Amino acid sequence: MSAAFTQADVALVVSALLFTIGVAGVLLRRNAIIVFMCVELMLNAVNLTLVAFSQSLGLEGQILVFFVMAVAAAEAAVGLAIIIAIFRHYDVVDLDRFSVLRW
Amino acid sequence: MIQDFLFFLFAAGAVLGSILVITRRNPVASVLFLVVVFFCVSGLFLLLDAHFIAALNVILYAGAIMVLFLFVIMLLNLGHAAWTDMRGPLGRLLAGSAAVAFLAVATRYLFAAGPRVADEPTVSAMRAAIVEQGAVGVVARPLFEQYMVPFQLTGLLLLVAIVGTIVLARRRAP
Repeated sequence: MSAAFTQADVALVVSALLFTIGVAGVLLRRNAIIVFMCVELMLNAVNLTLVAFSQSLGLEGQILVFFVMAVAAAEAAVGLAIIIAIFRHYDVVDLDRFSVLRW
Repeated sequence: MIQDFLFFLFAAGAVLGSILVITRRNPVASVLFLVVVFFCVSGLFLLLDAHFIAALNVILYAGAIMVLFLFVIMLLNLGHAAWTDMRGPLGRLLAGSAAVAFLAVATRYLFAAGPRVADEPTVSAMRAAIVEQGAVGVVARPLFEQYMVPFQLTGLLLLVAIVGTIVLARRRAP
């Protein structure tokens, strides 16, 4: 890489951008599924940070990414099941309609 | 260098793809652009010496999780952009200002100490370990030795998630 910036430095900037876009997506959209996709995007940005830091701190970062991925898979399964359950009850996936937890 | 060119290509693809994810009205288009983002991030993993993680990202995220999303969109019949789910001007202003504020804080910390992330001895040691033990072995060996208990707990977590999903998605008896 020209100058003194390495690929890991650029990866950190990319991951900050991806996380920011994910946050903006969560705030911007009402569709529960798209909000959920933005959460996955943020998790992937964090994985990128961990891999970038494993370039200076050793392989533990990559092992942590493995655990993050397992948790993300479990979260996706449970979250989508919750969305399906809500859709059965309300017939919409608009997040503004679900302001109460009971019912 | 070809590696730097590919790195910037994947980085630009990831950022542009994620912008498209949050701006498309049709959920199916969003899912497909998210697959593009995951492929680009996998390319970045590959160039950062995380070969096993890159393969896992393609199989798990771009493969399994995104198919799950598409399946739910199909199941709930949300494939057509009948209603716009973008928030109004106030919500857009909030989202934009939160993004700018977060990015400002992040870049402030990123550039506070200048370029520093990659450490040459660590990188060459990691590459030597990958050549010696293989791309899978270098991650799998600590997983089965040093991180045995967290690894088993992950299995338990997945079991709980499976049971929880079945309980949630099951139809109630009439």
